[in-house]
Amino acid sequence: MSALLEVTGITKRYPGVVANDNISLTVNAGEVVALLGENGAGKSTLLKAVFGLIKPDSGEIKISGTPIVFGDTAGVISRGVGMVHQHFQLVPVMSVAENIILGDEPRRGIFINKKAAHDEILALSKRYGLEVDPEAIIEDLPVGMQQRVEILKALRKDVKLLILDEPTAVLTPQEIDELLGVIRNLANSGVGIVLITHKLHEVMAVADRVVVLRGGKLVGATSPKETDEAGLAQMMVGRSVVLQVNRTEAKRGAVVLEVKGLQVRDDRKILSVKGVDLSLHKGEILGVAGVEGNGQREFVEAICGMRHREAGEVLINGVATKDMHPHAVHKAGISHIPEDREKHGLVANYSIADNLVLNQFDQAPFAKGWVRNLAEVAKSAISTVEKFDIRTPSAFNTASSLSGGNKQKVVVARELSEDLPVLIAAQPTRGVDVGSIEFIHNQLISARDKGAAVLLVSAELDEILSLSDRIAVMSDGKIVAIVESKDADRNYIGRLMAGLKE
Amino acid sequence: MSETNVDKKVVKSQSEKSSKNFDVGSWLVPIVAVLVAMSLAAILIKLQGLNPIAAYKSLFKTAFGSIEGLGVTLGKSTPLVLSGLAVAVGLRAGLFNIGAQGQLLSGALAAAWAGVTFDGLPGYIHVPIALIIGAFFGSVVAGISGFLKAYRGVHEVITTIMLNSIVMGVADYLASHQLREPDQFLTRTAEIQPSAKLPIYANLPLGFFIAVVLAIVIWWILGRTTSGFRIETVGRNRHAAWYAGIPVKRTVISAMLISGAIAGLGGAVETLGITYRYAPAFNLGLGFDGITIALLGRVHPIGIIPGAILIGGMRAGAANMQFDSGVAPELVDLLMALILLLVTAPLITRFFKNNSNKSMTSGWGN
Repeated sequence: MSALLEVTGITKRYPGVVANDNISLTVNAGEVVALLGENGAGKSTLLKAVFGLIKPDSGEIKISGTPIVFGDTAGVISRGVGMVHQHFQLVPVMSVAENIILGDEPRRGIFINKKAAHDEILALSKRYGLEVDPEAIIEDLPVGMQQRVEILKALRKDVKLLILDEPTAVLTPQEIDELLGVIRNLANSGVGIVLITHKLHEVMAVADRVVVLRGGKLVGATSPKETDEAGLAQMMVGRSVVLQVNRTEAKRGAVVLEVKGLQVRDDRKILSVKGVDLSLHKGEILGVAGVEGNGQREFVEAICGMRHREAGEVLINGVATKDMHPHAVHKAGISHIPEDREKHGLVANYSIADNLVLNQFDQAPFAKGWVRNLAEVAKSAISTVEKFDIRTPSAFNTASSLSGGNKQKVVVARELSEDLPVLIAAQPTRGVDVGSIEFIHNQLISARDKGAAVLLVSAELDEILSLSDRIAVMSDGKIVAIVESKDADRNYIGRLMAGLKE
Repeated sequence: MSETNVDKKVVKSQSEKSSKNFDVGSWLVPIVAVLVAMSLAAILIKLQGLNPIAAYKSLFKTAFGSIEGLGVTLGKSTPLVLSGLAVAVGLRAGLFNIGAQGQLLSGALAAAWAGVTFDGLPGYIHVPIALIIGAFFGSVVAGISGFLKAYRGVHEVITTIMLNSIVMGVADYLASHQLREPDQFLTRTAEIQPSAKLPIYANLPLGFFIAVVLAIVIWWILGRTTSGFRIETVGRNRHAAWYAGIPVKRTVISAMLISGAIAGLGGAVETLGITYRYAPAFNLGLGFDGITIALLGRVHPIGIIPGAILIGGMRAGAANMQFDSGVAPELVDLLMALILLLVTAPLITRFFKNNSNKSMTSGWGN
C-alpha cells in the first residue's frame, strides 16, 4: 500500500534563496508527523507545494500514490487534504453549524436545510469524538472550542490528511492537552496528520515522527523515542540551545512601577481591564500569565500611555504618568517592547539603522539641532547589529527584509539601549525562532540583573514560568492571583487562566 | 584602527544606500511609462493618417531645440515643478493632496493682488513679498485640510477636492468684483506692477531656478533633518511614529502647510513670471498635472524636475506641432493621461498596500 502523502525531491528556488532544497518525506495513514523548523526554514513553502499553490522547480508530490497537479488546489482538497489555519476562518456571528456547512450547504429547494445540517454536525462530532453544540454562536465560544469547529470544518470534507498550522498558539494549557488528545484520536481513526509547531514539548507528547527543516533543507527525521527536547532544538537551530534559562535569585528592590485601580476599555469600548492593582519592584521580573484576550493588551497599552485610562493611575517612582502620551511615559522611564511589532515597533520600509533610533532620532548624538547626524546613526547601528546578533547583510537593509526573530531583536535592542528603570515586554517572543527566543530571554534577564523592573506579559505559560520571579494571573480583566514563581504549579496556574476558581 | 574600519563601513554602506535610492529598477518605471505612452499615442496618430515621427520631432524640436524654445519650456515647467513638489511632500507624509490646484489658484490670485497693489517698491523687495503672500495663501488653504485630517479625521482627499471648488469659486468672484481691473469688460485683475514681474535672464526665467533650489532644499530637509524624518515616519507608519513620540497630528498639519505653500508659490510664480495677472481661465490643470509629475518623479523631490521639464516641454511645443504635422495639441493631454495611468499602476498599489488595514483615523488617540 502506498503512503498517504509522498513528497519526493521537492526543490523550490526564489530569487536569491532556495526555499526548499530536495525535500522528501512521507506521511502514512494514522500517524502524526510533526514538521519542525524556525521561521523561514521552508515549512510554508513546502505546505504550499503540497496544496498545489505553487509549482516547485523539481520533485513530485503524490497523494495515495497518484501525483498531484501543481496549481490545482481544488483537486488536492477534493482528494482529502484539509488544513486548519493558525488564524481561524470563522464567521463570528454565525452558529457552529452554519460555519461548518458554509460553502457546501445541505439544501431543501432554495433554502438551507437546517435540520439536516444540525444532524450532520452531531453525527460528525460524535464520529470523531469532538463535542460541539451546533447552535452555539461562534463569538460566544472559547478559543479552544472555536478551533474544534475549525477542525470539524476540515473533517467534514472526508479528510484523509489533516494539516494543523501552529494550532496551540492561542490555547490554555488545558485546551492544549485536549487538542493533543483529539489529534491522537484522529490519528487512531486513520487520519494522517501533519502538525506544524515550534513548541517542542507538544511534539514530544503527540508526534510519531518528527521532521526538521532548516534553511530549506531537511536536516533530520527522528522520533520522540530517539531524542529529547534539547536534541530537537539543536536540530532546528543547528547548534545547541539552552532551553532552560539560567537565572539567579532576584534581588528585589523598592517599588518602581505602581498601578492603582486601573480600568481600561478595549476597541469595542467594552471594559476589559476591570480594576487592576499591581506593584513592580526593582530587580524582578513579574510575569503576567493569561489566555489572550483577557485584558492583557489593553492593560499594557494603558500603562504605556497608548490607550485611554478609564480610571486609576500609573505611577513611576511615586510620580503619576500622563494618560495617552506614549512619549511622556517613555521619558518618565518606561521602555516598552510592543506586542504588535509590525504596527508599533517598526517602520517596515525604513532601514534597520533608522528603526534603531526611532525614539531617539532627534537627540544627541543622532542629531545636532535640526540636522540628523547620519554617520552617528550608522555607526551605532553597525555596532548594535553586531551586539544583538541581528542577521542581516547590512544595517542599511530595510526592516521588512528581516525575519520575525530579527525584527524583534531590532525592537528589543532599541528599547534596551537607554537603560530605563522599567521594561515592559509584551509577547516578546511571539513568532520568533528558537535561537532568537534564547537571546531575547537572556536580554530580559540581564536587564533585570542590571536593576530594571521588568513586566513580562506573555500568552506562553512556559515563558512566564521560566523567566518570572513572581507570576500574576490575569483572567477576565482582573489579576486573580499573584504567586511566587518557586511556588508556582503549572496546573494550578492553568486553571486560574481558564477562569476556574481554586 | 577599528574606528577607521567602522568609518569605512559607514561610508561604504551609505553610498550603497544612496545608490539604492536611484536604483535602475525603480527609475525604469517612469522611463518605460513615458516610452510606452508615446508609442500608444503614435499608433493613434497613425490611425488618423498622420505621421507620428514628424509630430514628435516637431514637438521636441520646438521645446528643446533652441535657447528660446528652452526658455519657454522652462517657464511652463516652473509651476509644474512646484505643484509636483507640493504633491510629493504630501505623499511623503502619507497624505494624498489632490488640492494642489486650489492651493495654486489661491497663490496665483494673492500674488496678483500683491503685484498690483503694492506700489513703488523695488523689484528685489516686491517680487519676494508677492511670492511669500502667494505661498502663504496656498498654505492656509492646505492647512484647513491638514487640520481637519489631524483633529477631525476627515480624509484629505475629500477636503482638498472640495476646497478646489471652493477656492476656484471664491477666486473667480474676487477677480470679477473687488479685485477686478477697473473699467474693464473682461473678468480679470489688472496687470501687476513692472517691479513685481519675475525677471528673465537670457531667455531663462528666474522662477525656474527658484523652483529647482526649492526642490533641492526639500530633498535635503526630508533626507537630513529631524523634521523631515518626522514627516517620513508619519507617512510610512503613523502608529509607530505616534508610539515613538512623534507628534503625528502636528506633523500632518505641518506637512500640509508646507505642501500648500509650495503649491501657492507655484501659482505665484505663474502670475509673476508668465500671466502677469489673474483671470479665471488661467492656470487650469496645473495643480492636477502636479499629481502626474509627482508620481512620474517617483515622489522624489529631484526626480520631479525632469518630469516637469518633459511635461512643460510638451505643453510648450504643442501648438507648433499642430502647425508642422497637423496633430492636435490635445495629444499632450492624451500623453499625460497615459503616463499617469502607466506610472500609477505600481505606485498606487504600493501606497494603498502600505496604508491598508489601518483605518484613517484610528490610532491617533480617539
